[in-house]
Amino acid sequence: MRKIVTLLIVGISSMAVDTTVHAAGGGKTPPAHQWSHSGLFGTFDRASLRRGAKVYREVCSSCHGLRLVAYRNLIDIGFSEAEVKAIAAEQEVAAEPNDDGDVEMRPAILSDRFVSPFPNENAARAANGGAYPPDLSLMVKARPGGANYLRGLLIGYKEEPPGGVIVPEGMNYNEYYPGNMIAMASPLSEDGVEFADGTKATVEQMANDVTTFLSWTAEPELEERKRMGIKVILFLLILTGLLYVVKRRIWSDLH
Amino acid sequence: MAETDSAKVSEHVEKVETRRDFLQLATGAFAAVGGAAVAWPFIQQMNPAADTLALATVEVDISAIEEGQAIKVKWRGVPVFIRHRTKAEIDAANAVSQGDLIDPEEDNVRVKKPEWLVLVGVCTHLGCIPLGTSQGETKGEFNGWFCPCHGSHYDSSGRIRKGPAPKNLPVPEYAFISDNVVKIG
Amino acid sequence: MSKFQKPAWLDNGVVRWVDYRLPIFSFVSHELYEYPTPRNLNYWWNFGSLAGIVLVIMIVTGITLAMHYTPHTALAFDSVERIMRDVNYGWLIRYIHMNGASMFFIIVYIHIFRGLYFGSYKAPREILWMLGVLILLLMMATAFMGYVLPWGQMSFWGATVITNLFSAIPWGIGDWIVTLLWGGFAVDNATLNRFFSLHYLLPFVIVGVVVLHIWALHVHGSNNPIGIATKGEQDVVPFHPYYTIKDMFGLGVFLIVFALFIFFAPNYMGHPDNYIPANSLSTPAHIVPEWYFLPFYAILRAVPDNFIGGWTTEWLGFVIVEAKLAGVLAMFGAIAVLFVLPWLDRSPVRSSRFRPMYKWFFWIFAIDCLVLGYMGALPAEGIYIVIGRVATVYYFAHFLVVIPLLAKFEKTRSLPKSISEPIFGGGGVAAAGAAAKPMEKA
Repeated sequence: MRKIVTLLIVGISSMAVDTTVHAAGGGKTPPAHQWSHSGLFGTFDRASLRRGAKVYREVCSSCHGLRLVAYRNLIDIGFSEAEVKAIAAEQEVAAEPNDDGDVEMRPAILSDRFVSPFPNENAARAANGGAYPPDLSLMVKARPGGANYLRGLLIGYKEEPPGGVIVPEGMNYNEYYPGNMIAMASPLSEDGVEFADGTKATVEQMANDVTTFLSWTAEPELEERKRMGIKVILFLLILTGLLYVVKRRIWSDLH
Repeated sequence: MAETDSAKVSEHVEKVETRRDFLQLATGAFAAVGGAAVAWPFIQQMNPAADTLALATVEVDISAIEEGQAIKVKWRGVPVFIRHRTKAEIDAANAVSQGDLIDPEEDNVRVKKPEWLVLVGVCTHLGCIPLGTSQGETKGEFNGWFCPCHGSHYDSSGRIRKGPAPKNLPVPEYAFISDNVVKIG
Repeated sequence: MSKFQKPAWLDNGVVRWVDYRLPIFSFVSHELYEYPTPRNLNYWWNFGSLAGIVLVIMIVTGITLAMHYTPHTALAFDSVERIMRDVNYGWLIRYIHMNGASMFFIIVYIHIFRGLYFGSYKAPREILWMLGVLILLLMMATAFMGYVLPWGQMSFWGATVITNLFSAIPWGIGDWIVTLLWGGFAVDNATLNRFFSLHYLLPFVIVGVVVLHIWALHVHGSNNPIGIATKGEQDVVPFHPYYTIKDMFGLGVFLIVFALFIFFAPNYMGHPDNYIPANSLSTPAHIVPEWYFLPFYAILRAVPDNFIGGWTTEWLGFVIVEAKLAGVLAMFGAIAVLFVLPWLDRSPVRSSRFRPMYKWFFWIFAIDCLVLGYMGALPAEGIYIVIGRVATVYYFAHFLVVIPLLAKFEKTRSLPKSISEPIFGGGGVAAAGAAAKPMEKA
């Protein structure tokens, strides 16, 4: 019986190995970062989320959408209603047809989802030399390696590619990108964003913050999920313990 | 050895049937609490989702509505009438004697600012949408709204005056965020 | 006094009134309370009832999800994300359903391997076993169609690859079937709609077959770790309370594992590509099925080009079976061989405990299945192809060569006289007989 358990563990760990094989795919495995939201009790670092939102809005959002996130969701991570209304109002969305049947633009409101920078994939490609800047709402869940990969990508640009590697026109060398050749130029530059809380905007700082923010957009339920998980596991441990004692009692007469 | 064993089995079964000990009851109760807790998410998921609730309030810019005009906005799936009333309409609404009303109600309790009348535009009879909001539509015999389905007439305060409808047009919860913006819901 | 008493609630007036007209309470009492169960079942016997409970969990969460899901190519992905973000506890319900599928397969695979180890498929339980294999097939179809519904990249390309398997069937029949499955020229909206419809239907078909499976089980009762038939009341205990409480305890342990996945690693068993919306113009680098299909996927890919065709061309001058078809046949054969297992294994001894050689081959087979699963996850290149082929050949050899030969040549250990004999230890037949006596009086 113990053998079966061992085999199961081997089987499951072999699946884990498999994931890393895919993650490698031509780029180096990105370094693991200590995220505040990882681990059993992890929660999102609120200050980092706020800085990350700023990085997204001032840097990423010119090419990448966040179409699954609604403006109102920002209230959940500590933005005030007035702040979010102002953020939303910077963008325009199509209104309902008016009395003449024309569709006019209106400022976005809390219930709207983030307005994407391009109306469709073709427009996005046309504006970016044929490359498609993907929507970032689920990016952390949609890439092997998750947050570490995203952070690695943002800090993995190399001005000088290693010897012998020729970077084609319009491409950039990135250590952690699968295949190393990425169309996106390094998006972050030292002090490219000014943080309200006085944090120095180094490339790594911005990468950490925007990755934290995108981890939240991908898994907005994370904190509630882990909180509930702890309670459920504790409950089940007690219940299973009780059931075990009752089971022992009922069976005691047979053994 | 075997004999005592089987004897013990029957004795034990008897014990289980007649007297459940405290531990078993506690375990059962504990499991029942867990079961009830599990049911909660499955019931709750049927309630309106966050994106639905986000549409529960609507902010309307009323600066473009001229005196004597009205607009219709969609709120929680039904129309809301917002009428910019003239002096004459306000006076007419106040002049009515309460005894003449089917559903007596003072005009001043139905408005926050006398010149703005905000109503849920669903006839209290059987749920049709009364006419009288857009220009050119009939306003009925009492210069308010007229429901074409079964002929209910509402006055310039949205109160039922004639026809089968039993109640006045309801006033939704609303507030003036500023002079020009009203938040409904 | 017998330990097989009717429960006290059967004497209740209302219960008696109903029971006289519709004997549902007697039925429950007979099948769930008094039902005589071998007293020596170990924890590997927990997985049958556990599978039943997971089936219920899947149906309940599935029905709930269907209240919010939209089966349309333009809306499916976003509707799933709406469940995750906006629907009250939607994330919880979806993660239960998503991980529940994996749990269901783990449990059922353990349940199957338990049957293989203890010879639960042998007479008189052949139909019970075949119904079980049928349940596995239905589960696979259901899981496959369910995986298509979120309409991510893996959903779309998994659906494309798997439905294309049928095109291997020759004489134009295959292409006809594929078009029929698609309802168009490719996997598209029509496909998504019908998969949703069938994904909703099949679980209830599974419930039906499960009822037959349990019915067949209760005719001759459970097999047991010793594998010999029960020989009287001393060998059995009533199902309630002994096995109800044991199953409850097992359920508790399972729920802890399940909850760890749901709350702390909900996407561990999924694939990141399925969080990218389906794109019919771009295929992911590696199309990998869900882990529970990997061994079968490895078998599918293991068959070399013109495996049968190659030699028949030399012999007969024409190709009988193309490589693609051979792979598909091998994959379905891997399950089909389970149906005939009761007739391949003619050894009269059920349990591996008394089959010293079969026991070893059982473990080699289990490892072989894990190797196949691992190969299914890796890209089909280099040494992996060779390993995949060897493991595939062994898979079939286990059933078609090893098992029939063992049945002929294996020297089995002598069986105890009854289940209670080894439990009471040392006493042997005499003690078992003594134990039986007071019962007979009762």
